[in-house]
Amino acid sequence: MGRYVIRRLLQMIPVFIGSTFLIFFMVYALGDPVAALFGDKAPDPATAARIRAELYLDQPLWKQYGHYMGQILGGEFGTAFNGQKVTELMADAFPVTLRLTLVAIAVEIVVGIVLGVLSGLRRGRTVDTTVLLLTLVVVSIPTFVSGYVLQYLLGAKWGWVSPSVSPEARLDELILPGVVLALTSLAYVTRLTRTSVAENSRADYIRTAVAKGLPPRRIIGRHLLRNSLIPVVTFIGTDVGALMGGAIVTERIFNIHGVGYQLYQGILRQNSPTVVGFVTILVLVFLMANLVVDLLYAVLDPRIRYA
Amino acid sequence: MPDHGPLPPPDPDRVTPPEPEEIITPAGGGAMSLATSEAETLEPVSGKARSLWSDAWHDLRRNPVFVVSALIILFLVLIALWPGLIAGGNPLTCDLAKAQDGPAPGHPFGFDAQGCDVYTRTVHGARASITVGICATAGATLLGSVLGGLAGYYGGWWDALLSRLADVFFGIPIILGGLVFLSVVPSGSLWPVVGFIVLLGWPQIARIARGSVVTVKQNDYVQAARALGAGDRRLLLRHIAPNAVAPVIVVATIALGTYIALEATLSFLGVGLKPPTVSWGIDISSASVQIRNAPHMLLWPAGALSITVLAFIMLGDAVRDALDPKLR
Repeated sequence: MGRYVIRRLLQMIPVFIGSTFLIFFMVYALGDPVAALFGDKAPDPATAARIRAELYLDQPLWKQYGHYMGQILGGEFGTAFNGQKVTELMADAFPVTLRLTLVAIAVEIVVGIVLGVLSGLRRGRTVDTTVLLLTLVVVSIPTFVSGYVLQYLLGAKWGWVSPSVSPEARLDELILPGVVLALTSLAYVTRLTRTSVAENSRADYIRTAVAKGLPPRRIIGRHLLRNSLIPVVTFIGTDVGALMGGAIVTERIFNIHGVGYQLYQGILRQNSPTVVGFVTILVLVFLMANLVVDLLYAVLDPRIRYA
Repeated sequence: MPDHGPLPPPDPDRVTPPEPEEIITPAGGGAMSLATSEAETLEPVSGKARSLWSDAWHDLRRNPVFVVSALIILFLVLIALWPGLIAGGNPLTCDLAKAQDGPAPGHPFGFDAQGCDVYTRTVHGARASITVGICATAGATLLGSVLGGLAGYYGGWWDALLSRLADVFFGIPIILGGLVFLSVVPSGSLWPVVGFIVLLGWPQIARIARGSVVTVKQNDYVQAARALGAGDRRLLLRHIAPNAVAPVIVVATIALGTYIALEATLSFLGVGLKPPTVSWGIDISSASVQIRNAPHMLLWPAGALSITVLAFIMLGDAVRDALDPKLR
C-alpha cells in the first residue's frame, strides 16, 4: 500500500505542473495583465514597462512560471485588484464553497444511492422506469436553468426558502444551492448505482447469501451495496472538480460570496493573481480528491493495489 | 463520462409500427434475404447482412426513444439552417415600448427586456447551439479518435505521452478552463467557443478510442490480416477502425448534448457567445435579472435548450443500447 501511495503521488506531479502551466499560459501569455490594470485607458509605456519589470513579466514565460510557483509554494499569492491579499480572499471564500460542496456531495450520496438501489433492485418496473426518465430530464437541464427556476419557485413565489444567501452563508441557507449544484451529478450517481446494483444482484455471492437464508436487509447492506459502490465512489471523487466548476454558476445565481464569486470577479476585472491563484488551488484540490479516490479504491478492491 | 444505465425497455405501444413480414422474422437470425434487402436499402455503409450496423439500425427503428429524439433533432437542424421557416421576423428588431410584455397576437411567447420577440429569438437561437454542438463534437471526435487510436495501436512512448497529456487536460475543471481561456481570447463569435470545447473535449474521446483500439487489435482477425502481410495503414483503416468505432460514436453523441449545454453555460457566464449573436445562453442570462417580474422571458429559451440537450442525450442512450452487444 505504501508503495502504491508513493507511486500515485509521483504521478501527480507532472499533471499538476502541466495543468497549472496551461492555466498560467492562458492568463499571462494570451491575456495582458498589465493592460488590464489600466482598464479602458491606454497605459503609459514607461509605467507599463516598470510594472512589467516589478511583476517579473519581462522574463520568458517558463521563468515567470517558475518564479510564480516558487512564490505560491512559499504561500505568497499576490494582491487582488482592490489591494487585498489573494490569500485573504481565499480565507473568506474557500470555507463558503467548501460548505456548499459538502452539502451537494451529501445530497448526491444520500438521494442518488437510495434512488439507484431502489431502481436497480426493481429493474424494468415502474419505479425503475420513472427514476431513469427523471435522471434523463435532470441531466438535460443545465444548472443555471434549474437554479433560476427553483430559486424563483421555492424562493420568490412560494417563499419556502430565502432566495439569496447572506454573506455568512449558513448551512441551512445553502441547502437549496447545494441541491441545485448536486442535481446533474445526482442523476449520474443514481444511474451508476442502478447499473452496478442490477449487475451485482445477479452475482454468485448474492445467490449464496440468499441461499444461506440471510435477511434481505443484510444482503443488500453488507453484500450488495459494498460491492456496488466502488464505481460510485470513483465518480463522486472525480466529481469534486465538476462541483467546484459548477459552483461558479450556482454561486452567481444565489449570490454566494465563495470561490466561484471571487474567481468570476477576478476574470471580469482580468486580475491575473486572483485567477491563477484560485485556479491553482482548485486544480490541487481536484488532484487530491482523485488521489483519495484512488486510495479508497485500492482499499475497497485489493486487486488494484497489486496491478 | 460516467456510464449510464441502459434505457428502459421499449414501450409496448410503439411509435413505429413494424411491417407485417418483420414480425415473422425472428430478431437476429433467419430470413437472410429479407435482412440483406433491409441492409441494402436502409444502411448503405454496410453491404453485409446483419452486421453490427444493420442490427443496430434494425433495433433503433423500433426504439421509440430513438425515433422521438431523432425527429426532434431533425426539426432543430432544420430551424437552425432556415429559422425563417417558422419565424419570419428579425430577432434583432426590437421595440423598447413592449419590453417585458406578455404574449400578444403574433407574439406567442411575449417580449424580452429589450422588447424583442421571444419566439423569434428562441427559434433563431437554435443555430448557435446546434452549430457549436456539431462542430465541437466533430472536431473533438476527429482529433480524439486519431490521437487515441494511434496511441492504442502503436503503444510505447507515444501512448505514454498522450495519456499524460490527457491527464493534464482532465486536471482542469471544464467550466473553469472555459472562463479563463475565453476571457483572454477576444471572442463573442462561435469559433473560439468551438475551439475551446475541442481543446478540452478531445482527451475524453481519445481515452475511449485508445481503449477500444487496444481491445480490437488483439483479435484473431487482426493477427490473421497481419500474417497475410497487411500494412499498418490497411490494418488500422480496414480491420481495426470499423470494429473499434462504436464506443466512440456513443460517447460522441452524448457529448454533443453536453457541449450544447456547456456553450449555453459559458454564454450565460458572459464569456461564450456575445450579442448580437442570438443564443439561448445569452437570452437566459439577460432574462434571469427579471425572473420575478417576467418569468416567460427565461422559460422559453431555457425550455428550448433543455429539450435540445435531452434529445441528443436520449439519442446517445438509444445508440448505445443498439450498439452494445452485451444487451443482445
